Amino acid sequence: MTRLSDIARVVRSKNTSPFTYALDIMFRDAADYRTFKERDMVDAALISRLYGLDESEVLDIIYFDPALAIKICLPREVSSGAPGDRDVYGAQQHAPLLLWEFELPA
Amino acid sequence: MRNLPEKQPVTISVLPFEVNSARPPCAPRRVADSVARFAILSPTAILGYGFPEDSFARGLACNPDLIAVDAGSTDPGPYYLGSGKSFTDARAVRRDLALLLQAAVGRGIPLVIGSAGGAGAGPHLEWTVAIVRELARELRLAFRLGIVRADVPAATVLEGLRNGRLSALSGAPPLDADTVAASGHIVAQMGVEPIQEALSLGCDVVVAGRAYDPAVFAALPMMRGFDPGLALHLGKILECAAIAASPGSGSDCALGILEADRFILQPLSGERVFTPTSVAAHTLYEKSNPCVLPGPGGDLDLRAVRFDALGEGCVAVSGSRFTPSPRYCLKLEGARRVGYRSVAIAGVRDPVMIEGIESILQQVRERVRALLPPGESDQGLCFHVYGRDAVMGEREPLRRQPAHELGIVIDAVAASVAAADTLCSLTRSTLLHFGYPGRIATAGNLAFPFSPSDLRAGEVYEFCIYHLLEADPLGLFPVEVHEVRA
Repeated sequence: MTRLSDIARVVRSKNTSPFTYALDIMFRDAADYRTFKERDMVDAALISRLYGLDESEVLDIIYFDPALAIKICLPREVSSGAPGDRDVYGAQQHAPLLLWEFELPA
Repeated sequence: MRNLPEKQPVTISVLPFEVNSARPPCAPRRVADSVARFAILSPTAILGYGFPEDSFARGLACNPDLIAVDAGSTDPGPYYLGSGKSFTDARAVRRDLALLLQAAVGRGIPLVIGSAGGAGAGPHLEWTVAIVRELARELRLAFRLGIVRADVPAATVLEGLRNGRLSALSGAPPLDADTVAASGHIVAQMGVEPIQEALSLGCDVVVAGRAYDPAVFAALPMMRGFDPGLALHLGKILECAAIAASPGSGSDCALGILEADRFILQPLSGERVFTPTSVAAHTLYEKSNPCVLPGPGGDLDLRAVRFDALGEGCVAVSGSRFTPSPRYCLKLEGARRVGYRSVAIAGVRDPVMIEGIESILQQVRERVRALLPPGESDQGLCFHVYGRDAVMGEREPLRRQPAHELGIVIDAVAASVAAADTLCSLTRSTLLHFGYPGRIATAGNLAFPFSPSDLRAGEVYEFCIYHLLEADPLGLFPVEVHEVRA
């Protein structure tokens, strides 16, 4: 089994607005990126499972070839810095991606 | 879900993290004289974050046509916009500005500062202008100062609401007249046009309120006829200075050189290089869609972008396109005060208490509710339980994993300072002595790191306006011109 920390150069999260944040996965190797893209390995069902969300809450998943990257957009539960918020910059919401184990073709 | 088409092949010719430390820092690039070029020096990611003087000197040695810096962000949260305070430190901003003003005014290089004071509303702008004036006096600098305001009158927002020219951005709550009235400061992110207006009035130094980050970099080269797509994309990268380099830094300088059909990024420190991947990675940063980036008056379309390594740590970028939108829209931001906060921080080490923490906190909340003065509620009470789920809440997959130690922040927000103090104090004392089932440590449930245990954290705000307004590019941004004399 493989984890993203084995093949990704960057796994991070950050606000994209006061009401949304994005998870970014950037691969080291173009071949790994292509495998992910061709097999649609990061989809709403996966994010729903990792984050305990409804699939319909996943706002967008975008594959961006120039950076060998996948971007996943999610709504915040509470807007940035409002009472009850937990992460004003949205910078520590990526960890569940690092727990994910998957199989890569040999 | 979207899978965007590949418009044309993309070259990534350099792999990440190749750092050639033997390279001489910033050998100025030789470009044929017939090629129109425009060099922009970005000293730091945020005015007040600092930058090394030797990097800045190398940037100046490259004869920049513009020094520009972004001073703001909504990242630090709604407090700064709502309260009118800066999230940067006055002495740090002063240090950066002293170097920038001396270099720019001394050499006749235009200096443009955007999103002054962090949030870019009236008080933030005045705070920055006061520092600029103070420095001009001390350093005996004379220049023409342009001040561009970005405050939006409540009446303008209400009018937009009435005539349907206002629309909410993703996730923003519905807007009504009460919310508009409650927003202390409302700002619009200006595009390049108001900054161009100030520059065309002969301003040497422009201090702008809230601005679309790339606009402070793109305004002048666009006036000189450079391609808006390239100028805005370069601005998008330079607004974070050396963050797009490898290794990235928010407090180091970077140089961008616009040419007719591409731009070049050049590092200004021997410690870092730009690589196609570091620049491509930055294009993703803080954006919901890296392929099409909406801004004032149109979209930056990056679907056909290319990043090519040039050697010596430089990267060339081409293919960025600007597509004007049929309606000119500006992004509005507003925050309103929702109360006052008091907090208490405590640790829990008792395994029996840790085991039952969820039910204990629920019962404490119920007890506190019964103890509060009439008319006050526990609605603004929040427990941040570090070691369980303080960072991710319901989205934390490991929230049931046993911990040996928990950190609890009692976060009490209420309508007045007194009510927040009461809510915090009653919660702290109730939790400290709560007799939970199975308790054998009967002396006290909390380890406080401080005395006093309860701290006042001041006003609490929330973003309530994050909307697009169809508007004139110039109408909302009055330009003032002042002669600053030595």
